[in-house]
Amino acid sequence: MDNQNKLLNEVTERDYRFGFVTDIETDIIPVGLSEEVVRIISAKKEEPDFMLEFRLKAYRKWLTMKMPDWAQLKIPEIDYQAISYYAAPRNQPKYESLDEVDPELLSTFAKLGIPLEEQKMLAGVAVDAVMDSVSVKTTFKENLAELGIIFCSFSEAVKHHPDLVQKYLGMVVPPNDNFFAALNCAVFSDGSFVYIPKGVRCPMELSTYFRINARNTGQFERTLIIADNDSYVSYLEGCTAPMRDENQLHAAVVEIVALDRAEVKYSTVQNWYPGNKEGVGGIYNFVTKRGLCKGESSKIYWNQVETGSAITWKYPSCILMGDNSVAEFNSVALTNNYQQADTGTKMIHLGKNTKSTIVSKGISAGHSSNSYRGLVRVAAKAENSRNYSQCDSLLLGENCGAHTFPYLEVGNQNSVVEHEATTSKIGEDQIFYCNQRGISTQDAIGMIVNGYAREVINKLPMEFAVEAQKLLQISLEGSVG
Amino acid sequence: MLIIKDLHASVEGKEILRGINLTIHAGEVHAIMGPNGSGKSTLANVLAGNTSFEVTKGEVTFNGKDLLAMSADVRAKEGLFLSFQYPVEIPGVSMINFLKTAVNESRKYHQLKELSAGDFLKVMREKKEMVQIDSQLTNRSVNEGFSGGEKKKNEIFQMAMLEPKLAILDETDSGLDIDALRIVANGVNLLKKPENATIVVTHYQRLLDYIVPDFVHVLYKGQIVKSAGKELVLELEEKGYDWIKKELGE
Ligand SMILES: Nc1ncnc2c1ncn2[C@@H]1O[C@H](COP(=O)(O)OP(=O)(O)OP(=O)(O)O)[C@@H](O)[C@H]1O
Ligand SMILES: [Mg+2]
Repeated sequence: MDNQNKLLNEVTERDYRFGFVTDIETDIIPVGLSEEVVRIISAKKEEPDFMLEFRLKAYRKWLTMKMPDWAQLKIPEIDYQAISYYAAPRNQPKYESLDEVDPELLSTFAKLGIPLEEQKMLAGVAVDAVMDSVSVKTTFKENLAELGIIFCSFSEAVKHHPDLVQKYLGMVVPPNDNFFAALNCAVFSDGSFVYIPKGVRCPMELSTYFRINARNTGQFERTLIIADNDSYVSYLEGCTAPMRDENQLHAAVVEIVALDRAEVKYSTVQNWYPGNKEGVGGIYNFVTKRGLCKGESSKIYWNQVETGSAITWKYPSCILMGDNSVAEFNSVALTNNYQQADTGTKMIHLGKNTKSTIVSKGISAGHSSNSYRGLVRVAAKAENSRNYSQCDSLLLGENCGAHTFPYLEVGNQNSVVEHEATTSKIGEDQIFYCNQRGISTQDAIGMIVNGYAREVINKLPMEFAVEAQKLLQISLEGSVG
Repeated sequence: MLIIKDLHASVEGKEILRGINLTIHAGEVHAIMGPNGSGKSTLANVLAGNTSFEVTKGEVTFNGKDLLAMSADVRAKEGLFLSFQYPVEIPGVSMINFLKTAVNESRKYHQLKELSAGDFLKVMREKKEMVQIDSQLTNRSVNEGFSGGEKKKNEIFQMAMLEPKLAILDETDSGLDIDALRIVANGVNLLKKPENATIVVTHYQRLLDYIVPDFVHVLYKGQIVKSAGKELVLELEEKGYDWIKKELGE
């Protein structure tokens, strides 16, 4: 019996062994993953056939795949049969008032300057029926609709725009891409969908704040952004507030397609719960994000600030397929305590005269481990292409680690690939200099780290940048004494 | 204002300050001179609370409070300012942001309202004029890429912004051109008030022509071996340190 069948059998047998029965009417299905579970998910979401097929194909592929082990990460064994893969969105608030919420979480909210109503939403407290944001949301949606922009949950997109979904889903991240992407393709619950029509400049930052299902998309999130010819969009995802979730494993997929001369800016701040100071708990975040510069002269920018999660495995990448296309990756990844991050990017140059830039700023504190992994590949036919990579690591203290793994493959003579890397320690003399001016050590570190990361933070949209600065500062609290 | 009693300090197990005694009253200017490596910068750093140096013995009282018990940032907020011999670069941190934080931290400490951005910029304009520092410098990152003289000027600019009670100027004159020296000294004099005091560490008479000291001390091998009035400066300028070493029987 070949390997695939063996695995298949094992899994299906296990289901039987545990007396797997599913009532299609209930809102949560029992733990475990099987073909039947995939079918149930699709059925519950009333999906068209192409979606079910997409999921099943992915699931079958996933069965043959192994969890990647090449990253500089120590990943505890994950029991994929112990996870429930579908829970209907719960809109029930967890708490009646903010008094019931963990005070530590509230103090972080306060430090970040998050408005009270939003704090409630984030912590899962019941919010007043009449909220300002509701009317804001409505006008916002009307404005977008007038321009022909589609911005909705993934489920809605499947219902109302199946042609677009069918055409682009999996174009950038196919189900067989990697273990976590395959898993996501098979079981993803919901996410966001964006379509910008030809020639339209989206007049506002599209932010997940306005998304309908923003808070309950669950652990397998799916985002698809399509920018048609000559369009522009800036998309913000994530949130500086610490996000807790009882699901430890997160495996999201984000796909971006930029057509001729389209420009997409994707900014994200990730602050999933990193576990406590001893490294217990915390989210495992295995994300596949990729953009396809499909059209000529198209542009994709990834800007990210990563401070959360116990384990982060994330490489927002770009395929520069169209001639003259441009891609940028700007990243700050901060790890503290026992956090582990293996992040970076891939820039695949296929078109002529393509240009990519990578700026990666790693900050490690405590006992954390922070790795940058970057691949720059210039195909033979991608003549006159350029890449510039700069990756810097900043170490705070003696017990943390920073690693840099650059891979460069250049397939022709007239392309130029440059890579620069630095590692520095935060200077005692810098801290003392700040102290001498009346700035506490904690504030001094925040300031020095923000200075170090400024190049990247400046690329973020204004309101995000301000929050991101505060976030870097509080993420390092207590890291140097 | 400042009373130093039998202060000993060492770095990496090596004793550098070996029993310093010094009393400074409000309104006074003290000059500290002495050969290279005698411990002048070490004294300045120990007073400012640099933890790379270990105080092994002694007491320091600053305005009636135990200075050695305070962390470096608290000492600064209590009004102690050090103009560094070698100012530090902090890439990516703008001068404006840096100083605004510094000024407002002090104000918070003294239970004063923080300055608004507008008020802060106004104060900054005034002080910039006082030390005639270029706006291009204050728009850059802290000391990053500044020339030696520009860094020193920037120290005095910060001093003007923070209005300390006790300013320790560690070789602020080195690296300054003739005009800059006059401007900086003039700035220091403008900031002088009867309730403040200044310690000037220098090798040369030049600066002391502008900032006239009430007392001059010679530091040698971690001890103050001679104290006198401003006439001592001329004597040192003329004869160097050898005669003092002789006096000490070396
Ligand atoms: N961090 C350190 N590690 C080792 N030795 C040090 C350190 N800092 C100072 N020293 C030593 O302490 C002694 C006094 O140094 P200090 O900088 O206080 O001298 P100074 O009087 O300011 O000299 P200068 O006139 O050259 O500025 C010197 O011998 C110096 O080498
Ligand atoms: Mg010195």
